[in-house]
Amino acid sequence: MIAVLAVVQGDIGIAGLAASGILVAVAIAISLWRQLGLERSLLWASLRALVQLLFVGWVLQFVVDPDDPLIFSVIWLTAMIGFAAYTTSRRAPDVPRVLSLSIVAYAASAVVVLGVLFGFGIYDLEGRTLVPLAGMVVGNSLAATVLVSRQLLIAANEQRDLIEARLALGLTAKQAFQPHLRQALRTALVPQIESTKAVGIVFLPGAMVGLILAGVAPADAVKVQVSVMYLVLGSVATTTAVMSLGISRELFTPSQQLRRPTQRP
Amino acid sequence: MSSLDAFELRGVDAGPAGSPILKAIDLTVPANGVTVLAGPSGAGKSTLLRLLNRLDDPLAGEIRWRDRPLIEWEPTDLRRQVAMVFQRAPIFPGSVIENLRVALPGVSDERAGHVLEHVGLDVDLLDHDAETLSGGEAQRMCVARALLTEPAVLLADEPTAALDRTARATVEDLGRSLADSGVAVIWVSHDTDQLRRLADHVIVLADGAVRATGHLDELDASDDQLVRRSVGAP
Repeated sequence: MIAVLAVVQGDIGIAGLAASGILVAVAIAISLWRQLGLERSLLWASLRALVQLLFVGWVLQFVVDPDDPLIFSVIWLTAMIGFAAYTTSRRAPDVPRVLSLSIVAYAASAVVVLGVLFGFGIYDLEGRTLVPLAGMVVGNSLAATVLVSRQLLIAANEQRDLIEARLALGLTAKQAFQPHLRQALRTALVPQIESTKAVGIVFLPGAMVGLILAGVAPADAVKVQVSVMYLVLGSVATTTAVMSLGISRELFTPSQQLRRPTQRP
Repeated sequence: MSSLDAFELRGVDAGPAGSPILKAIDLTVPANGVTVLAGPSGAGKSTLLRLLNRLDDPLAGEIRWRDRPLIEWEPTDLRRQVAMVFQRAPIFPGSVIENLRVALPGVSDERAGHVLEHVGLDVDLLDHDAETLSGGEAQRMCVARALLTEPAVLLADEPTAALDRTARATVEDLGRSLADSGVAVIWVSHDTDQLRRLADHVIVLADGAVRATGHLDELDASDDQLVRRSVGAP
């Protein structure tokens, strides 16, 4: 069991929060100095992040309290999956059945990853753990899922001659698409692997920094961080694998024919 | 090869739904010797070819081969018996032997060498990167790859369109020798000289319909100017 200490040393207070805004002012000053024209964007992004996080923090207090029923957290998780699937469908709109496939992929990833984390008692199953961990699962999988979806569609459109040449040799759709599927999955997973390798050397990850700032002993913070990193790896791999298998099925007919863009569901 | 080996098309529509390229085709495509599909661009020659090994299915109608509807064939089984080569030779990443193993994963070097010789390529090419082959060599490698499944029919969709004159001649010779050795060849061509060199049977398509079928001398005598032009009649 990894102990996460409930400390209050991390409370920076309203004044501290306002003071950290100086750094936004620095960024805006640089934009003005170098005539980047990004001042409004910087200000808007900073304010939007503040409002969004304040709102999330306010809502989270209703789900992470130990006295709150777990169903609130499950509803939160379901909403996160729905929102992630919607975002994926917006970013990769040409992918067949993208919304339903995304829901299945994120849900499968949540079941597998959270199943391991809670099933093995790594964390206690409660709102305080379920919501942030599920957030890590969905949030970190989003970019990779969009990437793998786009890659598969590009392969189906631009490598049609190679895929059909394999089909014409009597290979099944699964066999004919396998090299492209493998390449798309590698493209989506390699950045995550590289980032995992660089952790601690090139950068200190967010969860660990947050815990240390909140007063947790670095050794405990590291244990949490490592479990989070493995969670991210597992969730990205699971989501992209489920998504890519689903997309592959939609790209072909039951008669092992590669659908044209106009024939896709 | 018996008449049962011919492809029988009855009332076949094919192409994009809503705007079919082939319309209500009734046709017998002989599956012996070399059958050349001729006709103007957009006539539906490639569309027809892709129906015969089920890379596409018709929108309407029925196609039969060996006295059995094509849709009852397992597509992977059918495609190994009715192989296809394309206009631009699709080369898979890796060496020539690796390309051949896509068609037949366990193929021995000896058999792979034998099939390369059969298409007129040097056995030493087996270990070469397939990307380094010339256009003609690549197309012959694709034929070799297709032959590994021991097909009864080879569909060839303008296989020499992207080749120079010398390479075109070698691929044509290969088509002829395959037909003579018992592999039926159904060959799409725009090139009337090539058609006249190769064809045992000719099918002329125009505007998604069958304009004429028969032996070259029959079509040379046609009253239809489009048919005569399509076969390069003297």
